[in-house]
Amino acid sequence: MTTDKVLMKGNEAFAEAAIRGGARLYFGYPITPQSEVPEYMSRELPKVGGCFIQAESELGAINMAYGAGAAGGSVFISSSSPGIALMQEGMSFLCSAEVPLLAMNVSRGGPGIGGIQPGQADYYQVTRGGGNGDYRIPVFAPSSIQEAVDLLYEGTELAQTWRNPIMVFTDGMVGQMMEPVRLPDYKPVLKPQEIAAKRNWACTGYADRGGDEQRRVVKSLRMQPEKLEEHVEKLFAKYARAEKELARWESESLKGAEVVFVSFGTTARICREAMEILAAQGIRAGLIRPISLWPFPNRAFDEIDFGATKAVISAELSMGQMITDVQLALNGRLPVFLAHRTGGMVPTSPEVAERAKAVLEGLK
Amino acid sequence: MKPIFEYTKGMTDMPTHYCPGCTHGIAHRLIMEVLDEMGELGNTIGVAPIGCSVMAHQYMNVDMCEAAHGRAPAVASGIRRVHPDKMVFTYQGDGDLASIGTAEIVHAAVRGEKFTAFFINNGIYGMTGGQMAPTTLIGQKSTTSQDGRSRELNGMPVKMSEMLASIDGAAYVERVALDSPAHVRQAKKAIRRAFEIQQKGLGFTLIEFLSTCPTNWGMTPVKALDWVRNNVMEYYPLGVIKEPKEGEEA
Repeated sequence: MTTDKVLMKGNEAFAEAAIRGGARLYFGYPITPQSEVPEYMSRELPKVGGCFIQAESELGAINMAYGAGAAGGSVFISSSSPGIALMQEGMSFLCSAEVPLLAMNVSRGGPGIGGIQPGQADYYQVTRGGGNGDYRIPVFAPSSIQEAVDLLYEGTELAQTWRNPIMVFTDGMVGQMMEPVRLPDYKPVLKPQEIAAKRNWACTGYADRGGDEQRRVVKSLRMQPEKLEEHVEKLFAKYARAEKELARWESESLKGAEVVFVSFGTTARICREAMEILAAQGIRAGLIRPISLWPFPNRAFDEIDFGATKAVISAELSMGQMITDVQLALNGRLPVFLAHRTGGMVPTSPEVAERAKAVLEGLK
Repeated sequence: MKPIFEYTKGMTDMPTHYCPGCTHGIAHRLIMEVLDEMGELGNTIGVAPIGCSVMAHQYMNVDMCEAAHGRAPAVASGIRRVHPDKMVFTYQGDGDLASIGTAEIVHAAVRGEKFTAFFINNGIYGMTGGQMAPTTLIGQKSTTSQDGRSRELNGMPVKMSEMLASIDGAAYVERVALDSPAHVRQAKKAIRRAFEIQQKGLGFTLIEFLSTCPTNWGMTPVKALDWVRNNVMEYYPLGVIKEPKEGEEA
């Protein structure tokens, strides 16, 4: 049964949502600002017959996740920016071997060890992939704890359906704040003896599958270039479907907007307040909030009121990374500007509103 | 008529890619023969490494999962959590286990992970063409120690088995060789004991095989076996390094 509204800290709500969505294995390493997730998992997973391991490193964690996923388990992992960087080797393997995984990045400022305040400068890392080779990972960016809960609840099933890692990309602000949320009901999970039949690619031992002609190998090595090319093309046929089916966004007040913000996560909330400030001064502003960062919701940009809109502003907690995708989506139809803070600094709504006014002024 | 000897069902019917005189083939076959004799082939999940045995999954006729370089112990830990009743093993070379994967193997032993690691120690990186390994002997030539390994520059060869045996979570560690029929028979006994200890849930188990690489050592297969007997065994003595306390195995 879905719960009534409860007040929860982001990270704890994320962990609970992953469990309710069917994740039963968690491998993690402490890192701020997401350490409440492994803490919560270590306490709560054993109560539902799940398993938690505190790994020796993020490298260990992602490879445990790969092994458990290859064995047909439903796995959730989380980390923050530098920890996600360490996991990229594994992400590439998981994508090639088509091993499902639900992953979350509660991101912070960088580069390097950076800081522990919220950041979105992992946009390239999560949307372009920091690992080697041709692969893609669907990435979803919630802007509230409830939205994160809903995405994480859906995530295990999505990962199994697409046989690929699915990433939820949030930031330290959403992870550390408290908001009222409704937690959805527990999804049914597979018993170990059901895994071999339901996940017909997973390593489970062939005894219960009618002998060694049913032997299964989970791998990414293909020594013959023709075979590797064929495999990558098969993966990209899947990614092409994902581009059609997984693009998600929300648009607000695009009709008649002089300026349109493009923003995700925490920053989208600030843009909404900036829109109110601008409205009070007689300036109409709209918002495109990408929920999926890959696939990027290019179609959202066709809904812009091109007769009224003079500028598009990509608002980000980075030196401007998503702006590249905004420019590609607009393909020269409108000028694109940046509103940003970085390093863990978060702009205020009056700051963003001022930036929009300056942009419009500059275009006169 | 009843056959008195058959090739194990644990090996697929395909020729291996290993060089003449390489002992990977013997190690593969021994492990698979033991699983066959124990009736566990269908209940086993193996993890293949990066290195010469990266394609072990083509030959070992059980469910297999490939791992990134050095990460096999983490992968096996994950597999074991999903299937706690299955037999799980990793098969890793010395570059994989003793260099890039030291954190993973050490912490698998620390957690007392109930899988068996088969550690192929031939003192060299075979797949990439004969570079120095952490296990290369002092004075031994390789493509990255062309005048022979120096203690001053590279330190002493690492003794992984002794190091891992010092960890409480390790239940059984034995070093074996594959240079003679007697040693091959002993190796097989050690493999069986490791799997039985795994089944009893007593902790982490590891068998180190002193192996050969005639190609990259620049030796004939016969000379390579002599090198193992005369040089390698002196630094890496054979035998049980750690075993369960009396009565625990019963």
